[in-house]
Amino acid sequence: MNPSRKRAVRLTVALSAAAVLASALIYTSFSAASPALSPSQLARQAQPGRSYQLTGTVVAGSVRRAGGVLDFGVKDRAGGTTIPVSYTGTVPDPFREGREIIVTVQDQGGRFVGERDSLITKCPSKYQTAPAGEKQNY
Amino acid sequence: MAALGHTCLLLALAVCAYGIGASLYGARRGRPELCESGRRSVYALAGILTVAFAVLEVAFLRNDFTFNTVADTSSRTTPALYRAAAVWSSQEGSLLLWAWLLSLWSSLALFLVRRRMREVAAYATAVLLGLAGFFVTLMLIYATPFATTHPAPAEGAGLDPLLRFPTMVIHPPVLYSGYTLCTIPLAFGVGALLARRVDADWIRTTRRFAFAAWLLLGTGILLGARWSYSVLGWGGYWGWDAVENASLMPWLTGTALLHSLMIQEKRGMLKVWNMSLVLATGTLAIMGTFLVRSGILSSIHAFGGATLGVPFVALIGVLVTGSVYLVVSRAKLLRSEHRLEALLSRESIFLANNLVLVGLCFVIFWGTYFPLISEALSGREQSVGPPWFDRYTVPLALALVLLSGIGPVIAWRRATLANARRNFTAPVLLALATLAALLAVGAQRKPLALAMFACAAFVVGSIAQEFFRGTRARRAIARERVPIALLALVRRNRRRYGGYVVHVGMAVLFVGVAASSSFQHAAELALFPGQSTRVGGYTIRYVRPTATITPRQDAAHTGSTLSLGAVLDVSKRGRHVATLRPSEGYYDSGEAAQGTVGHLIGGQAVSHISMSAGLTRDVWTAIAPNISSSPLRRIVTAGNRTLPPDQALVAIAYLARSYLSKPAAAQFHFIVSPLVMWIWIGGVIVFGGGLIAIWPAPSTVRRAERARSPARAAGELAQA
Repeated sequence: MNPSRKRAVRLTVALSAAAVLASALIYTSFSAASPALSPSQLARQAQPGRSYQLTGTVVAGSVRRAGGVLDFGVKDRAGGTTIPVSYTGTVPDPFREGREIIVTVQDQGGRFVGERDSLITKCPSKYQTAPAGEKQNY
Repeated sequence: MAALGHTCLLLALAVCAYGIGASLYGARRGRPELCESGRRSVYALAGILTVAFAVLEVAFLRNDFTFNTVADTSSRTTPALYRAAAVWSSQEGSLLLWAWLLSLWSSLALFLVRRRMREVAAYATAVLLGLAGFFVTLMLIYATPFATTHPAPAEGAGLDPLLRFPTMVIHPPVLYSGYTLCTIPLAFGVGALLARRVDADWIRTTRRFAFAAWLLLGTGILLGARWSYSVLGWGGYWGWDAVENASLMPWLTGTALLHSLMIQEKRGMLKVWNMSLVLATGTLAIMGTFLVRSGILSSIHAFGGATLGVPFVALIGVLVTGSVYLVVSRAKLLRSEHRLEALLSRESIFLANNLVLVGLCFVIFWGTYFPLISEALSGREQSVGPPWFDRYTVPLALALVLLSGIGPVIAWRRATLANARRNFTAPVLLALATLAALLAVGAQRKPLALAMFACAAFVVGSIAQEFFRGTRARRAIARERVPIALLALVRRNRRRYGGYVVHVGMAVLFVGVAASSSFQHAAELALFPGQSTRVGGYTIRYVRPTATITPRQDAAHTGSTLSLGAVLDVSKRGRHVATLRPSEGYYDSGEAAQGTVGHLIGGQAVSHISMSAGLTRDVWTAIAPNISSSPLRRIVTAGNRTLPPDQALVAIAYLARSYLSKPAAAQFHFIVSPLVMWIWIGGVIVFGGGLIAIWPAPSTVRRAERARSPARAAGELAQA
């Protein structure tokens, strides 16, 4: 095989491999992704058994801990619909009432169960003083 | 003081504008005195921004709450070390740190090339001043560090307790140094393209900065991982968070660049690829900075109230468009001098390594920006989690480690079978022996981890063989003793052997990652004093509760008002292993609305984890005491009602005593992870190897000195 033909074959193989890998990447990212929804969107769209990434604010007075289960409500940033979540797993330090959180939940017959260790609390600090409403009141 | 800081920013902007104009005009018209003036304006910028940074630092150390940023991110109860570091905990302070570091590194780079590459350096000066001007403009329009309020509040909000950790004092400056250093090769790359001088000179000049950027970015990433592991209370060191990913991407392309530059130096190949990597690394560094500040992606690390999206998008747009235009329009100049001769050659392995690194970067880029991509394509914002990242990054990381063992020992141009047999027999045997030993102890249930251990053994084997052969050859020639011969070998070729040490460090680091993520045991449960549980072969017993109320003098020296915790006894097969004392610190919120007592502990609560770290495993513990239990809540409520502010600590003391005398069940998080320590040891090895590689070789220093001496003598003669 002459050198230029060899190069063309190599380039074709490399590009084909890249195309296959890119297709796999795109396919799996769409199939494995969880839709990111606000509480009001989740209330409208939730389908049993499917995972969603719920983003909202922890409702004041809603946090209860019973054994290893943490129950809390999540509402839209602007208020409105509240989604009750039962969560098990690591709770980040900044988690508290009024804070913005992200948690992966599954609709289990009208009850939203948080995926283990999926709770993320947006760190308000790094870098901004938390507004008074976000702090814990006794 | 604020007026001085603000004036510095205005002056800095004027200097940037002048420097850009002088450099560009000087380069276009061939006026070296203007290019020189442009370069000096970078030094002036560094001086001005140093004053601005000092003004802000002094304001933090003096608790000058007239500065809004000081009032928002510091307080009198924040320990002095963390007050000093609080400067870069705010959006505006971190922008100032970015611009300041950029000006310092730019000054150093331009000082080093002051007698060479005048035209390229002039364009590079304009690019660097353009970037600095962009950040100064952001501080003047969107987030000024010198905004003030009169009268000043009596007390500040305090630095977030999560950031009161020694690693966080140095993590941002190190990471930002890495980011800003990434822009130096970018600037010189753009300069070389504009000046049409794409020979090896600009690469030789900026290679050391590319290496320093890589080293500091990597160190910053590792320091962040260490902070996450030791402070964040979840026991992990990497979570595929958008901001973590943003720092990893330029590091990956930078790693690819450091390898492919060698091919360009040796064989004159991959010029377009290298230029693209230089530009991509610089752009990704700016994108990393943008991601934290734009608020476009959800991240635990993002700055609150981020509003700088639009200016950053504009800057990134200019960088990407400009880069593509320059590379395409100069494609003829960047033509390769040679072609790849054989698939089994060092060039091919380096190319494969580059493809894997860029592939990794692409995967991470796709996953990180997937919420935006999916919204643009499907109208619905979706995101992918750690399992998706792991699916792609784990095999790619395996390939990378394997290639890092093959690359150093395979021949340039074309490897023969004899060459392959000579170089690979020992490393392959070591890898197989490792595999067999691990299979014998029952590690087959985690095949990917097993593969990583074998690949790492292969790398260590191939590098050890290189050191062995080099030392043996040196001994044969110079008849030196082994340590002397080894030292001389490394000293004479620091880049090569420093690079080998880096490879070993990365292999060790990956062993730590594979072991700790595959063979970890964890438990989360509530325990009363006296109760115990078993985790990963260890028995952990909750001995007794602890409580301290020592404002400004707490055990961790972080400034917490109250700290509640536990004493834990860790044992294995009946033998005592360690006594651990995890606790949770409660901080003053400064909010009068929470009551005289409530505000003292109403701020952030932070886990102070406790662990027994060892070479074989870490036992990691964290506690979440139930501070909201009814009895404790009643004490705070009663204190709020009855106690004046100067006696409020009495209620906190009573609360602590109540917690000790009638302890409720506390929530614990226990993790037993094998080989975590090797992640940090691997990081230190990488850093050490990096320092060896970046340090100027003695011969280079002597050459530079020799080159300077005649020039100096000639100059003196001319003056005489």
